[in-house]
Amino acid sequence: MPKRTDLEKILIIGSGPIVIGQACEFDYSGSQACKALRQEGYEVVLLNSNPATIMTDPEMADRTYIEPLEPEIVEKIIKKEEPDALLPTLGGQTGLNLASDLSKSGVLKDNDVELIGANFDAIQTTEDRQQFKDVMREIEVGVLKSAHINTVEGAISFSKEVGFPLIIRPSFTLGGSGGGIAYNVEELEEIADNGISQSPTNQILVEESVIGWKEIELELMRDKNDNVVIVCSMENVDPMGVHTGDSITVAPVQTLTDREYQQMRDEALRIIRKVGVETGGSNIQFAINPENGRRVVVEMNPRVSRSSALASKATGFPIAKIAAKLAVGYTLDELPNDITKETPACFEPAIDYCVTKVPRWDFDKFMGVDDTLTTQMKAVGEVMGIGRTFKESYQKALRSLEQGRFGWGADGKDDYSYEELIAARDSEGGNEELEEEIKSKLSIPNVERVFYIRYAMLMGMNIEDIYEATKIDKWFLYNMKEILDMELELRDQEEIDSDFLFRAKQYGFSDRQLAHILKCEEDDIRNLRERLGIDPVYKLVDTCAAEFKAYTPYFYSTYESEEEVRTSDKKKVMVLGGGPNRIGQGIEFDYCCVQAAYALEEEDVEVIMVNCNPETVSTDYDTSDRLYFEPLTLENVLDICSKEDPDGVILQFGGQTPLKLANKLKEEGVKILGTSPSSIDLAEDREKFSGIVEKLSLSQPQNGIGQSFESARTIARDIGYPVLVRPSYVLGGRAMEVVYDDESLQDYMERAVNVSPQHPVLIDKFLEDAIEVDVDAISDGEKCVVGGVMEHIEMAGVHSGDSACALPPYSLSDEVIEKISDQTQKLAAELNVVGLINIQFAVKEEEVYLLEVNPRASRTIPFVSKTKGFSLAKLATKTMLGMSLEELNFTETTDPDYISVKEAVFPFIKFPGVDIILGPEMRSTGEVMGIDESFGLAFAKSQMSAGDPLPLEGTVLLTVADRDKPKVVEVARKFRELGFNLMATAGTAEYLRERDIEIEQVYKIDQGRPDIIDHIKNGNIHFIVNRPQGKGPKFDEYKMRRQALLRKVPIATTIQGAEAAVQGIGKMRSNNLDVKPIQDYHKNV
Amino acid sequence: MTGYQEIITDPSYWGQIVTMTYPLIGNYGVNPEDSQSSAPCVEGFIVREYCNYPQNWRSKESLKSFLDRNEIIGIEGIDTRALTRHIRRDGAMKGIITVGEKIDSTTMKKKAQQLPGLKGRDMVQHVTCEQEYEWNEQGKYHVVVIDFGCKKSIMEMLVESDCRVTVVPASTSAEAILRKDPDGVFLSNGPGDPAGVSYGVETVKELLGKKPIFGICFGQQILGRALGLDTYKLKFGHRGANHPVKNLDTGQVEITVQNHGFGVVFPDEERKRQDDGYLKDLEITHVNLNDDSLEGFRHRDLKCMTVQYHPEAAAGPRDSRYIFKEFVELMA
Repeated sequence: MPKRTDLEKILIIGSGPIVIGQACEFDYSGSQACKALRQEGYEVVLLNSNPATIMTDPEMADRTYIEPLEPEIVEKIIKKEEPDALLPTLGGQTGLNLASDLSKSGVLKDNDVELIGANFDAIQTTEDRQQFKDVMREIEVGVLKSAHINTVEGAISFSKEVGFPLIIRPSFTLGGSGGGIAYNVEELEEIADNGISQSPTNQILVEESVIGWKEIELELMRDKNDNVVIVCSMENVDPMGVHTGDSITVAPVQTLTDREYQQMRDEALRIIRKVGVETGGSNIQFAINPENGRRVVVEMNPRVSRSSALASKATGFPIAKIAAKLAVGYTLDELPNDITKETPACFEPAIDYCVTKVPRWDFDKFMGVDDTLTTQMKAVGEVMGIGRTFKESYQKALRSLEQGRFGWGADGKDDYSYEELIAARDSEGGNEELEEEIKSKLSIPNVERVFYIRYAMLMGMNIEDIYEATKIDKWFLYNMKEILDMELELRDQEEIDSDFLFRAKQYGFSDRQLAHILKCEEDDIRNLRERLGIDPVYKLVDTCAAEFKAYTPYFYSTYESEEEVRTSDKKKVMVLGGGPNRIGQGIEFDYCCVQAAYALEEEDVEVIMVNCNPETVSTDYDTSDRLYFEPLTLENVLDICSKEDPDGVILQFGGQTPLKLANKLKEEGVKILGTSPSSIDLAEDREKFSGIVEKLSLSQPQNGIGQSFESARTIARDIGYPVLVRPSYVLGGRAMEVVYDDESLQDYMERAVNVSPQHPVLIDKFLEDAIEVDVDAISDGEKCVVGGVMEHIEMAGVHSGDSACALPPYSLSDEVIEKISDQTQKLAAELNVVGLINIQFAVKEEEVYLLEVNPRASRTIPFVSKTKGFSLAKLATKTMLGMSLEELNFTETTDPDYISVKEAVFPFIKFPGVDIILGPEMRSTGEVMGIDESFGLAFAKSQMSAGDPLPLEGTVLLTVADRDKPKVVEVARKFRELGFNLMATAGTAEYLRERDIEIEQVYKIDQGRPDIIDHIKNGNIHFIVNRPQGKGPKFDEYKMRRQALLRKVPIATTIQGAEAAVQGIGKMRSNNLDVKPIQDYHKNV
Repeated sequence: MTGYQEIITDPSYWGQIVTMTYPLIGNYGVNPEDSQSSAPCVEGFIVREYCNYPQNWRSKESLKSFLDRNEIIGIEGIDTRALTRHIRRDGAMKGIITVGEKIDSTTMKKKAQQLPGLKGRDMVQHVTCEQEYEWNEQGKYHVVVIDFGCKKSIMEMLVESDCRVTVVPASTSAEAILRKDPDGVFLSNGPGDPAGVSYGVETVKELLGKKPIFGICFGQQILGRALGLDTYKLKFGHRGANHPVKNLDTGQVEITVQNHGFGVVFPDEERKRQDDGYLKDLEITHVNLNDDSLEGFRHRDLKCMTVQYHPEAAAGPRDSRYIFKEFVELMA
């Protein structure tokens, strides 16, 4: 049966901002769905609060709402658009929850909106643990044994039945406190006793533990005729106990026989049918006991998930696109397989390579965070490596991570060098301390674990012992051992011959690793390879293991005999992507790369995309003419260049990742399109840059370079505190801090940097209470057009990626904006920018100071583009092709009569022990946008979208440091005018009372009860203004901020944020929130 | 991507070199339960990377030791994807696996060309049982399996469907089979060209209409020929565990296991009209969605049914096991 003709307009819900556990995979799936449904002739209405996505591009849907993902907002959209159906399964858990709320409240029914692709009974069944277990038992699928128990004796007799270890969870305690894992009867008695007494119902849930079991996932698709296919199977290298999003994962399953695999497949089919997922994708997770093969189902996700994106990229099967088409009535056998064209989508992909996914973490951004890996996901992104063997794909994935590694160790970046480890192994009595460290790194899952496996092997630990410590399947350990054996063999070689080098490359060794092992330079290995004719070949990801001719150009490199790429003579440009999502480099850069691809296509230039992030739209085979799924290292990029010989390479869109290759690529004769690498360097070289600033007579905050604590102190005193300090050798605000006096400077120097003449610290005058401004502009080499001037809401000193900002500016004078625009043009001209340029300024007392220049795509490009209705990235791409802005008809921009506010979204809730204060170090994972007619409404929407809706009434707690007290007076007064009650601790309360502001005084922590924590817990506080005294857990304030976070009480940690909130609340009280698609906004520009 | 043990021991592969498209083979070793016959049947085995450290709780020996023990040659380090593409372009072909210092390709090519091909050759004689035997003792229906190289899992499926199974050599006469008074006759899978096994075709001709008949794979081809249909050689055959096959009765799609180098030509309407035998009542029951080829047919009056694919799976998905129930219904 073909598609449904009774539907015309379909509403799709996106997943909102990038957060841990919900990243750009949903942009990929949502974009695919939009494209698929429009292709079928449906009118698509889209809602997503995340401006950085491709899906919220005005061309992706007919009507695009960048509005908060809240039920009342969706209701407004539904009333306005009157869609026939809602498709909620492509927007992650957020989309599903929202649809669920709307369904329960009757909004969908009342407005005649049909839910497609989802079934609420099915969702209910998968979300309720007990119900899921009961249903699984009905269809004879194994589940974890568990029991609700009221006595210690009961727990012991249960343990006799199922054995140890056991997981004990007291019933109805908050956050599961009072539970634990028992490995023996003594521990069980203790934990059970404790748990029973802590539980208000004197009850504990005792469940068998599957920690250390194999973890397997299956991706399924089902259509309305009950056809089901398994798209992909995946096996986690890290066994049960580590969240699957934090596990290294391989596809396909490696260690199961066909019999076991098919039994599991049969179960998966029974599960999807029983649970009742009518159409679309699902993901089912199993745990398998490696000792005896006992299998239990762990959970099921009845929607497109992170794993589906990975499965799509791993197999070439476009799960989201097919899911969207199934939702409108197609069946799997009616849809063609895009890749082979002739065969239908109703099949199970066969893959003839191995895929390894490695998560990317960013723990060093979060002081005090627990960096062990548990069942709570902590990764912020991921990469995928494709190779013909596990060894090759594993090493490729590790060097895709953008963490300075070039494979599985042996790259000069190891914590312990080969020589150290061998010496330790051979030293008399061994090195107990090192052994202990290695053992503990093996047994407690952590981000460094795989590298410690190598250290352990070098120290002589055998596979059995490593297995006992890690429970990582020995198949993986033996494979790693083979990599190590190859390394050791290489170390023994006097001279390396062609066969040997080829074999090493087949094992996934990078030139950098080989150079390290053979004690030479990367170039030497490259030259040697050239001389011996050892080049990679590119093979096709074709869903069918070469059984049929394939048409999609999706390639990976490997060392084999047959080349499959057919290059063309057309003009072609290579776009280098951004690699894994991480803090500071997220979906915005993927957005730019995809825009570049679209622009090239418009100009009839062939697009060659290189990237290694499986979550993205850029790695969709539909996006480019040829996709190379490869690490973004010099070696891999140069290899592709020699195969393709592109007419140019665009690397200013992929963030830091491709930029660091700029000089080397240029040296190798690769043509870099747009701004030259030397200009990019110029902007990053402090001294050279100061020269330009002087030449153009611009102002910069006073600054200096300290080579010791003493010299730093002298400079700081000269400039005058407060100063901004940071090490000279890191980018992106890492380890950057504002210090207010000698003491805190000394503390910083001791704690954060190891200062030396080789590693000096940079010291800048910190412009207190200055307004920071971000500018995105575009230049064709002659002319420069400012795309947007954004005014930050938080003061200068808060990382621009973490600060909320408004476009157009809401408080800057026309003169200042004029000055900024003027300086931007000058800088663009001086740096010979062709393409994009982003500049940060600080404005204090009408004076404009230059903070930073980046002649490349910035994080705010999509935000500016969505707000103003033109694509800066597309235009920039065309200037790089040599077109002038005149030709592109883009010679000036005007500010719209509406306003957008971008707000950052943070992962603090996932990281206990981390303080939420904003600073120069970026820590947000994503962003949202609020758009409306006034700043207040746009800000209010942005807060709502970020998950911290502003209260319309209630009590505001004010607690500020002494130096900020004068500034809080105005804010306090305005809150009072809006009818809010005020609360403060002694100092602030007294200060405000003296200024005739009515305020209730409350206890600080430890001064008496109820204290501020109690008030937060009791729900007496609805908004907090907190200007911190200090950062980190040693301060009581920290406990308050943490509590506010847990209770979802919005908190402004800057005065400017508080002022914006007051404005927002004021506007919300006098206006009803309205919704409007960006297409309508853009009409008026 | 799984299933090498079943494939190596599948008698349908007798006399052939098998290359695996999945590059990592040997990962889970070899166990006593999953073999499809008593020993490996392939002539040679080609993989990209062999794993010599199998990990699985049921593994009893490594793949290498299993092949060594049975004197089967295996080779690793081959670009199997290139080989697959070669076969896709030029069709399944004769081949030699050899090793040694004085090997030259011209001689080897010549040698390969002299090898007997599959066409018209009786390969069944090498894999059929020597004597008839009882597979099991209990069962509601007595089924005689004509063994053209029957996989063990087919027998297991028949047992699971409450059948008592007697296995007879491929050369057994119809008379001898009828003497056993079975409730149904099963035509098994097997290697090579059905045209080379005319004795089997003759036997089945005599059984038509006398007993319910169910054929799988080679069995379908034998039945087809017995009904007067032609068979043909495919370019590189249907292999693997992921072909979509549509059941025309239900409209549902099954993910099926395929392993055949020959197929049956289904009569077109013209031929059916002109035929005065059984053809006019032949019905297609299953179609391969990849290339629309014939995957199953039946004749209601003759109580015959066949499928070209492998409903017993092993190795592969088990979506189609219901077929065995249909056979039982035919005998009931």
